[in-house]
Amino acid sequence: MSTDYVLQTTDLRKEFKGFTAVEDVNLNVRRGDIHALIGPNGAGKTTVFNLLTKFLIPTSGKILFNGQDITTMKPAAIARLGVIRSFQISAVFPHLTVLENVRVALQRHEGNSFHFWKSEKVLDKLNDRAVELLDDVGLAEFANSKTVDLSYGRKRALEIATTLALEPELMLLDEPTQGMGHEDVDVVADLIKRVSKDRTILMVEHNLHVVSKLADRITVLQRGAILTEGDYDTVSADPRVREAYLGVEEGEEVPGQSAAAKASDSKDVQEATA
Amino acid sequence: MQLNKSMIALVVLGLLAPLALYPVFLMKVLCFALFACAFNLLLGFVGLLSFGHAVFLGTGGYITGYLMSTTGLTPEISILAGTLCAAALGAVYGKLAVKREGIYFAMVTLALAQLMFFVYLQAPFTGGEDGLQGVPRGELFGFIDLSDNMNMYYFVFAIFLFGFWLVNRTIHSPFGQILKAIRENEPRAISLGYNVNDYKWAAFVISAALAGMAGSTKTLVFQLASLNDVHWHMSGEVVLMTLLGGMGTIFGPIVGAASVVGIQNYLSGGELGNYIHIIMGLIFVVCVLAFRNGIVGEFHKLLKKNF
Repeated sequence: MSTDYVLQTTDLRKEFKGFTAVEDVNLNVRRGDIHALIGPNGAGKTTVFNLLTKFLIPTSGKILFNGQDITTMKPAAIARLGVIRSFQISAVFPHLTVLENVRVALQRHEGNSFHFWKSEKVLDKLNDRAVELLDDVGLAEFANSKTVDLSYGRKRALEIATTLALEPELMLLDEPTQGMGHEDVDVVADLIKRVSKDRTILMVEHNLHVVSKLADRITVLQRGAILTEGDYDTVSADPRVREAYLGVEEGEEVPGQSAAAKASDSKDVQEATA
Repeated sequence: MQLNKSMIALVVLGLLAPLALYPVFLMKVLCFALFACAFNLLLGFVGLLSFGHAVFLGTGGYITGYLMSTTGLTPEISILAGTLCAAALGAVYGKLAVKREGIYFAMVTLALAQLMFFVYLQAPFTGGEDGLQGVPRGELFGFIDLSDNMNMYYFVFAIFLFGFWLVNRTIHSPFGQILKAIRENEPRAISLGYNVNDYKWAAFVISAALAGMAGSTKTLVFQLASLNDVHWHMSGEVVLMTLLGGMGTIFGPIVGAASVVGIQNYLSGGELGNYIHIIMGLIFVVCVLAFRNGIVGEFHKLLKKNF
């Protein structure tokens, strides 16, 4: 038990009026990993995600971050601890400029966020750092554009730059490639790979191609409970996982083929990658 | 740059206006413009629709009216006291209201404002349905006689400029950046570690204070504090002014207040006086249906398109 876990849950459970959306989930996220949470539609991925980010309150169970119990903390409070989440739809501030978006994050450490009597010019000293962060994700040239005018892929890149501005210890990404074209998917996947250095990332992802490329460890959810956990090869070899994704298959074996390719036959994966 | 030029134009216009227009009318416009600017800070820049803002206007008015009538305090102190009381009430009401969002926020503010309406109706110091009449304007700093309309006008104009400056400073401050972020995407602001309710609350208090300052000043101008100013009609009127002028714009509330007060003044003198509410209602409907950005908002759009 010498493994160093950043995030752990014990018997995490969420019930909605009698319906158990998440059932006794014990999740262990190792420091430095890119950990993917996958599962078919309705498996409870997003619910788990919202529990971890405190946007939902668990019915029972515990959540530990670096050994500290964060089960009852508020969303903004865990953000200040270093757990920053992203959202399924791109979470940007559309009518601020790209630079201002990043600055909103940088500003938090300045301690002047309540200073209504000061000119916003005091924020200009954050510009260099903001441009640096934008440069990292290839957005420097758009610094002064209105965010609403960016393409979808660029909005997601901006979101990542904003998240990085807070130097998060743990990044929680909710379907980072959702709704993207193929080119954007690869760009964002590379970006995630790049920023994962010195960080832990937990992501919910539909796109198995991305998962196979990025994830060190994968947890498969089905009907709110953990089906299996392991690295990509272990998980993709598990017949239960295939069944969960593809439905019951009667003796149909496709040896030697990667699970991603197989899974791409299934409807919901196709939708997600389309 | 653009804004600075507009500001200078506004100041010049304000200084010269009493040469052309009746000062009491102008003062009324300025008081409501300040009220609308305060309201716009919440609606336009935080995205909060308070439907009980009249309570702050009225509170400022009653406190200032009471102090001027019964104590020997100077007008500036009385206005300050009215402003602080409105801010204090705003601090309590804001704390309760920001826990809710959208329509529920509006309902909570309305309910709390109605509560205070009935307190003011019953409380001994407000004069009940008669209100406080004949409030003396007093002497500014103890030596400038405000019963002179020109003196009063420039005093009101100075107060207005201060309030207007404060709203703009707030919008363009580090705090204002966070407010805009909350308006744009509240869950994201939370996930970046901001306690959004604290920011909403602070904005609410600033807005309430400035609304109170507008009410205090208005009481001095008309020498009257009445239930009209705390009635929910007044809360509705400020919504109309802000929307008509252009919410979320800097000058919208001023244009909106001037338009509404101007129309009301014009109508109340003529034969259409009885239909004033119907006409204002129609204007509101047309504004919401046809030009949602308000006068200033549409004007900006026009500029963008053509130049």
